[in-house]
Amino acid sequence: MVSSAAPQVNTPAKVKADLKHTVLSRMWKDKVARTALVGLFLLYFSAFFADILTPYGMEFNDANVGNAPATLLHIHNDNGELCWPYVYQVKQENDLATYRQTFSEIQTTKYPIKLMVKGESYKLLGLIPLDVHLFGVEAPARIYLLGADMNGRDNYSRLFFGAQKSLTIGFLGLFIAFPIGIFYGAVAGYVGGFADNMMMRFAEAVMSIPSFYLLIGLAAILPLGMTSSQRFALITVILSFISWPGLARVIRGMVLSIREEEFVQAAKSVGMPEVTNIIKHVIPQTASYVVIAATLQVPNFILAESGLSLIGLGIQQPDASWGNMLKAAMDQPNELLSQPWLIAPGFLIFFTILCFNSIGDVLRDVLDPKLSGGR
Amino acid sequence: MSTPVYIFKRILQALPLLFLISLMAFTMLKLSPIDPLASMRANPSVSAAAIQAEEERLGLNKPAPVQYAIWLTSTLQGNLGASTTGGSVAVRLMQHAGNTLLLNVVTLFFTWLIALPAGVYAAVHRGKLLDKFFGFLTAVGMSMPTFLLAFLFLMFALATHWLPIGGMTSSDFAERDTIGQVLDIAYHLIIPVCVLTFVSLAGIQRQVRSNLLDVLRADYVRSARAKGLSEEVVIYKHALRNAINPLITLLGFEFAGLLSGAALTEMVLAYPGLGRLTLEGVLTKDMNLVMASIMLGAVMLITGNLVADLLLKFTDPRITVE
Repeated sequence: MVSSAAPQVNTPAKVKADLKHTVLSRMWKDKVARTALVGLFLLYFSAFFADILTPYGMEFNDANVGNAPATLLHIHNDNGELCWPYVYQVKQENDLATYRQTFSEIQTTKYPIKLMVKGESYKLLGLIPLDVHLFGVEAPARIYLLGADMNGRDNYSRLFFGAQKSLTIGFLGLFIAFPIGIFYGAVAGYVGGFADNMMMRFAEAVMSIPSFYLLIGLAAILPLGMTSSQRFALITVILSFISWPGLARVIRGMVLSIREEEFVQAAKSVGMPEVTNIIKHVIPQTASYVVIAATLQVPNFILAESGLSLIGLGIQQPDASWGNMLKAAMDQPNELLSQPWLIAPGFLIFFTILCFNSIGDVLRDVLDPKLSGGR
Repeated sequence: MSTPVYIFKRILQALPLLFLISLMAFTMLKLSPIDPLASMRANPSVSAAAIQAEEERLGLNKPAPVQYAIWLTSTLQGNLGASTTGGSVAVRLMQHAGNTLLLNVVTLFFTWLIALPAGVYAAVHRGKLLDKFFGFLTAVGMSMPTFLLAFLFLMFALATHWLPIGGMTSSDFAERDTIGQVLDIAYHLIIPVCVLTFVSLAGIQRQVRSNLLDVLRADYVRSARAKGLSEEVVIYKHALRNAINPLITLLGFEFAGLLSGAALTEMVLAYPGLGRLTLEGVLTKDMNLVMASIMLGAVMLITGNLVADLLLKFTDPRITVE
């Protein structure tokens, strides 16, 4: 039967656009996913504009207040009335008998908190020279909302700069590991036979080393005198190196069945070169799995980076990353109660991973209902 | 194929894999810029002859392929060599691997002890308050870095003084009698086991729940209910038994994951396990030590997978190993 109305033609582009629309809107409808998306947006926004949002730069230090506790914000003036928040300058005293440091406020001058103050100059995104900070106080007072580390640097500001490292490494790692994993798996599955066997044995060998042992082994290879950005890049490469085989194996399994599909065979029979066939016909079929796997892989990268930096093999001082900030907590566990802010980076790692995992779960439900497991 | 033959075949298959792993680990170590004798060289009171003797002892003065051959032959003979800090690698490794194994086995035990009933309960009472609560807990558990949880437990221990702060034994361990020693280790295991159990619990509970939910939709479950069997019989005799198989495969993965997950926990909690030993070896470029612990880690991982496969065959007679 031929309908009289104009036939509805769904061009591939239109189907794709529809799918994209529904995926995004369905994710947005889900309360958990929406919260997670907003959370991630805030995290990346903070990392992106770290220089503006923080009162001090990453390497700014005031040796007089090393290990100082969080700066107290006073909101009552001398008469006990509410007023604009201000801070006092903090003075460090060493008790020579017990070797304990004590910190006390010098309550002579009040330093009110100022918004959009001029402070250290920096280059936003490495391009735009600016010197405005969202808030700050006048020197010699300091506003250290989460205390100072042992070098007298502001933990609060360093959390933002640490976010720049910890949050980008996840995505950079994906860009290296996923193309390798996908292409390796696709070639192995498509070619089959002896080559497939050999390729999979190698992938299995990499997978058979417990990943953390492999990670610290590889991190130890890194030459000592590297600049921080070189080190950052190489650590990303290492993280990618340990994560591609798992993906490759799954992709290979999928390709084994995809290559038997008629459209792949058809393309082959009319003489399409194998590489083109793999790229144009085979790999796109694995897309929804890859998108889900990517979302769920980012947390692993973040965890691996923070783990490495935690034990001192990752991002090095004076650069900040969430992992190497946590190292202070590991090195002095007895101070955890007196300086609970030491584990603040840990909570940020947890929150970031929670966001990615929630998005990954919802994405799986949306893209691949078969895998959703009866939710 | 009978089980012993299958095990033999799997071990044969693992050998080339182990060879590849050892090659990779060796290359990795040779590429590392750390000088294992740096502290000796820096010390002016150590003579050049002594350094040379040490190089000779560790085989560092030979070309890399020869070093690898030496390592391989002596390992095959059962001699893992000496560590740079003195002492036999085998002895140190066995102590630490024993500790890690103890931690992992206890963790696995508690994980399954809790995850199985919790998963079954959540599936049966799907959508109820407790199911939602479990769902929340597992979401937290899956996203919780082990080291953060370890820090939180340390803070708890510091605040209450109820639990020890890291380590595996108390300072007076040697003076205690056997029962006292066992109790002391158990006391020190509480924090690491809690940390690792909470983290690995999440994945397993979810898996139990979703597997059981899938099975509960199957036709034979409906027929079992239709013929009037009690709900307990339907769930425990019909559904759960079929839901459990994919979980056993998970057990193998879980074991592997624990090895890595435990490494960081060990470091944060100063637990003398394989992870800490490996890190120490890497930092001092103790070739024999690192090679041996990486190989041991790989062997444990491969064994874990093999045990899982065998268990699977044991619980599901339909599966034939080949």
